[in-house]
Amino acid sequence: MEAIEPLGFEGKIVELESKIDELRKLSDGDTLDLSSEIEKLTHKLEALREEVYNNVTAWEITQIARHPQRPYTSDYIKAIFEDFVELHGGRQFEDDHAIVGGLAKLDGMPVVVIGHEKGRGTEEKIFRNFGMPHPEGYRKALRIMQFANKFMRPLILFIDTPGAYPGKGAEERGQGEAIARNIFEMSFLRCPVIALVIGEGGSGGAVALGVGDRVLMLENSIYSVISPEGCASILWKDVSKSEEAANALKLTSRDLNELGVIDEVIPEPMGGAHRDHQQIFADVKRSILENIKSVAALEPSERVRLRNEKYSRMGSFEEMSDG
Amino acid sequence: MGWFTTKIKGLPDVATKCPSCEETIFNKDLVKNLYVCPHCGKHLRIPNSDRIEVLCDEGTFEEFGAGLVPSDPLSFSDSKTYKERVESAQEKTQSEEAIITGVACIQGHKVVLGLFDFGFMGGSMGSVVGEKIARAAAKSRELHIPLIIFSASGGARMHEGILSLMQMVKTGQAIARLSKEHLPFVSVLCDPTTGGVTASFAMLGDIIIAEPQALIGFAGPRVIEQTIHEKLPEGFQTSEFLLEKGVIDMICSRFDLRETLGRVLSFFKEKDGKYYGSH
Repeated sequence: MEAIEPLGFEGKIVELESKIDELRKLSDGDTLDLSSEIEKLTHKLEALREEVYNNVTAWEITQIARHPQRPYTSDYIKAIFEDFVELHGGRQFEDDHAIVGGLAKLDGMPVVVIGHEKGRGTEEKIFRNFGMPHPEGYRKALRIMQFANKFMRPLILFIDTPGAYPGKGAEERGQGEAIARNIFEMSFLRCPVIALVIGEGGSGGAVALGVGDRVLMLENSIYSVISPEGCASILWKDVSKSEEAANALKLTSRDLNELGVIDEVIPEPMGGAHRDHQQIFADVKRSILENIKSVAALEPSERVRLRNEKYSRMGSFEEMSDG
Repeated sequence: MGWFTTKIKGLPDVATKCPSCEETIFNKDLVKNLYVCPHCGKHLRIPNSDRIEVLCDEGTFEEFGAGLVPSDPLSFSDSKTYKERVESAQEKTQSEEAIITGVACIQGHKVVLGLFDFGFMGGSMGSVVGEKIARAAAKSRELHIPLIIFSASGGARMHEGILSLMQMVKTGQAIARLSKEHLPFVSVLCDPTTGGVTASFAMLGDIIIAEPQALIGFAGPRVIEQTIHEKLPEGFQTSEFLLEKGVIDMICSRFDLRETLGRVLSFFKEKDGKYYGSH
């Protein structure tokens, strides 16, 4: 695996790591024995990692969620499914590469998979429009969802988007309607629906793939009504206040779990999913299988009823008795 | 009757400058003209009390869902706390929240009516607005009558974070349930309707009507310009533009809304006076 690109808050860890590396090099094949020193520093490094990663702030989690080496939808599709057959046809304006979807098998079980795809590397990022769909992307997703529904296959949705694309063509072709329509139709899908936030759950662009019987979140992913930067520039009128905004928005998996918006948090390897792809693939796969099993045990009409009830309860308000 | 008084809540003392043609309009003329600029036809925001008066059969509007007020689930605070913002919005608008809901008659047709108040924190949709829309849809189903919502909203309310985002699902589902029972939902889009409101119930109308020259879109014009690094053409995201693109069904002037809604509502009624869904 290629070297991990460190994040800003990992500075001290990187420093210590390179110091240990240096000592190792000096120590190698030499009469100089630094092993006790190396061991000491290695212990220190472990303690430092624990301290840093166990105390990550919402803003630091946001950076992990956006890490360029974090596994994307396509990575999960390759790693945990077999026989993937991509369906490109949304029967609409054009194929939207910010959304991938199709048929696949999960431990031999036929399923339907759809997700946002951000793309890795400049060329692919542009091809994928950085994971920001146009209306035709949501309409393609809807068509594939209805395919899952028609053939009663579990539907697995991977959410990873900065948001729906705010562009001219998107507005002209009804971005709002496309998102709204998906919410509307997803409410009545009879097949099991498992949605996972694997990186960024950016506002309406995420919700359009996010109405599920079970909504799971990777530990260091985020899900929010607006990006911290957007919120800072609107409410604080100062984008440098993004860290405060990230904190105030309560956008981490732990926050959402406490607010009752998601059903499960999938723990990540220390430092984030990008540090151990194989581990996160295994954990995500296990979690999807378990959740499909429990949701598939319900009658379709019961699934629809429970899914509607779940979202009906969401919100927090006070009701005065004279109302 | 707020019609003939000159001092009007939310308006300058005597006269108002039209934001579109910049002509000066005496407040009494503006009120008499249903808050439509007599010079250029720009539809300014009309207070809900006036809207009810021009739209509903006299004395028929009965509010429900009053008494629902926001809590502060995130203990949110920027330069002010969310609680302070809510209190000052309540004081400014004399409303509890950004929407009122009720049952009323429009040209003899009994309907459930929801009216946004843009003056209340930009008409933003938090938990209370979501709950009131869900209850309005439930009331339509209970009484087997159509639902009409007049939207004017900047979108989801950031101060309630993810819970406000989930109101998109909650309201979208409420409309979906109404739809499954074949009860009509007429969505009327007023200036401005954007963000999470556009991307949920507001775009799910069986019929979508817009007031003239209203700003309607998912992303706001400023965000789009920052993203594409170019200036948007004149009239982008207006009602007229969206009609051209096939996103909405019709544009209706405020003077004709009552009659248009009456005509539309009569279409849905069966011979026995009931709605299809109630059979």
